[in-house]
Amino acid sequence: MSGCGAAKVRQCIEQSGRFSKVEWEAPAIVLDVSPFGESDALAVVLTEAHGRHRGLVRGGSGRRGGAVWQQGNILAVRWLARLADQLGAFTAELAHPTAALALEDPLRLAVLVAACAVAAGALPEREPHPRAFHALMRLIARLPDTEAALTELVRWEVALLAELGYGLDLSRCAVTGAAEGLAFVSPKSGRAVTAKGAEGWEHRLLRLPPFLLNPEAPAQAADWRDGLKLTGHFLARDAFGSHHQPLPAARISLYDRIAALAAANSPTPPHSANPSREP
Amino acid sequence: MGGPEIERLIAELVKLPGLGPRSARRIALKLLSNPEKHLAPLSFALSEAARAVRSCSLCGNLDSRDPCSICADPSREKRLICVVESVGDLWALQRTGMFRGLYHVLGGLLSPLNGTGPEDLNVAPLLARIRAGGVEEVILALAATVDGASTAHWLADQLRPLGVTLSRPAQGVPIGGTLEAMDDGTLAAALQARRVV
Repeated sequence: MSGCGAAKVRQCIEQSGRFSKVEWEAPAIVLDVSPFGESDALAVVLTEAHGRHRGLVRGGSGRRGGAVWQQGNILAVRWLARLADQLGAFTAELAHPTAALALEDPLRLAVLVAACAVAAGALPEREPHPRAFHALMRLIARLPDTEAALTELVRWEVALLAELGYGLDLSRCAVTGAAEGLAFVSPKSGRAVTAKGAEGWEHRLLRLPPFLLNPEAPAQAADWRDGLKLTGHFLARDAFGSHHQPLPAARISLYDRIAALAAANSPTPPHSANPSREP
Repeated sequence: MGGPEIERLIAELVKLPGLGPRSARRIALKLLSNPEKHLAPLSFALSEAARAVRSCSLCGNLDSRDPCSICADPSREKRLICVVESVGDLWALQRTGMFRGLYHVLGGLLSPLNGTGPEDLNVAPLLARIRAGGVEEVILALAATVDGASTAHWLADQLRPLGVTLSRPAQGVPIGGTLEAMDDGTLAAALQARRVV
C-alpha cells in the first residue's frame, strides 16, 4: 500500500470512529404516522428515556408496516442513525395492538386519537418526560373501559400541563385559602377556587370536576366535559399557544362529542362553548 | 444522455408509482427502441385517456361516460351504496364480482394530524344521493386504520339521521392465512368480531 493510500485508510478509520452509529431500543407509543413516498412513513413515537422522537419507517405505510404503525399502538422500537441529530430510521415489533382494539368504538377511538394528538403537539422533541409517558401508558391500559379512559385522559392532561411547567394549583382556594369545597379554577392563574369564593364570578371561572380532587369520585359526561374544557383551556393557552399552534382538531372533536353527550344526558345547558373558541 | 426529449420522458416516468430512475430508463429505452410498436400506441392511449376519462359526477369513479358505466347500469341494485376511499378501492371491490350495488368514492380520509377535514372529502354528493331516496343501505368500506375508522364513525354520524342502514365489511382471518402468520392487530380484531358457528 502506498503512503497516500495508507493515510486515506487511517483517515477513514478515524472518521468511522467519529461518525459511529447511534441507536437505542425502547418501548414506545406511536403518536403520529404520516405517509412518506409510496410505502414508507414518518413516525412520531413517545418513549420513556428519549421523549417524543421522530424517525423514518421503511414500509411503514405498506401492507405489513401499516398494521404495526397505527396511532396508539405500543411497540418495541429500535432507532438507528449515523449521527445523533439525524432523522434516523425506526424498526419495530408490535407489543400491544391498541388501535385495532379501539377501532370499533367511536368514543374509545376519539379518546386515543386525542391523547396521541395532544402528546405529539405539546411535548418537546427528544426531551425525556417519563411521567407523561407512564401516564399515557396508564391511559392506554384503561382504554377498554371507555368511561375510565375519559377520566384518565383528563388526569393525564393535568399531569402533562404540570410536566410542561404549566401545572394547575388545585391544593387550596386562591380567594379564601380553604382546602375543602374547591369547585372552580381561575382561567388566568390556574388556581382552584371554592364555590363560596367564586360567588358572583362563576360564569367567568372554569368548573373543576370532582374526580380531579378525589380519585374515588364517580364521573359523568358533564364532569368529563368540564374536565376537558378545563385542561383544553390551559393546553390551548400555554402548551400549544406558546408554539402559536391551535389545539389539535382531534382534541376539539372529542370535546364536541362529550359536550353533545352531556347535553343529551342533562337538560341544563353546558357551562360554555368549546375550549378552543374560548378567550 | 440522448437529448432533452429523452431526459424529459424519463423524468415524467419517474413520477409514476413504483418506478425509480433505473426502471424509468429501462421503460424509456424499451419505448424508444421500437416507437411504432410501443411508443405510438401508448402515446395514443394516454392522449385518449386524458381527453375522454372524467370523474363521474354521481359517484366519483373514473370513466369516459358521465354518469359512469356503473351508475348508468340498470341491472345494479340502487338501494345499496358502498362508500370507498379511492377509485383503486372501487376497482378492488369490482374485481371480486360480489357487489352488485352502487359506489361512492370519498377521495380521501379524515386526518386531523395531516390537515384533511370533512370539507376535503366528497361527502355532500353522497348525502344528496341518499336524500334523493331509494337508498336503503350504505356500506362503509374504508381502511381498517385509525384514520379509516375515524372517518367511518364520522360518516355514520352524518348518515344516521337519514334513516339508512349502515354496515362495515368484516375484519378477520384472511383466506389462506394461518393464525401464526397473522399480525397481532388483525388477530385481536378477528377475535373481537368472532361469530357463533
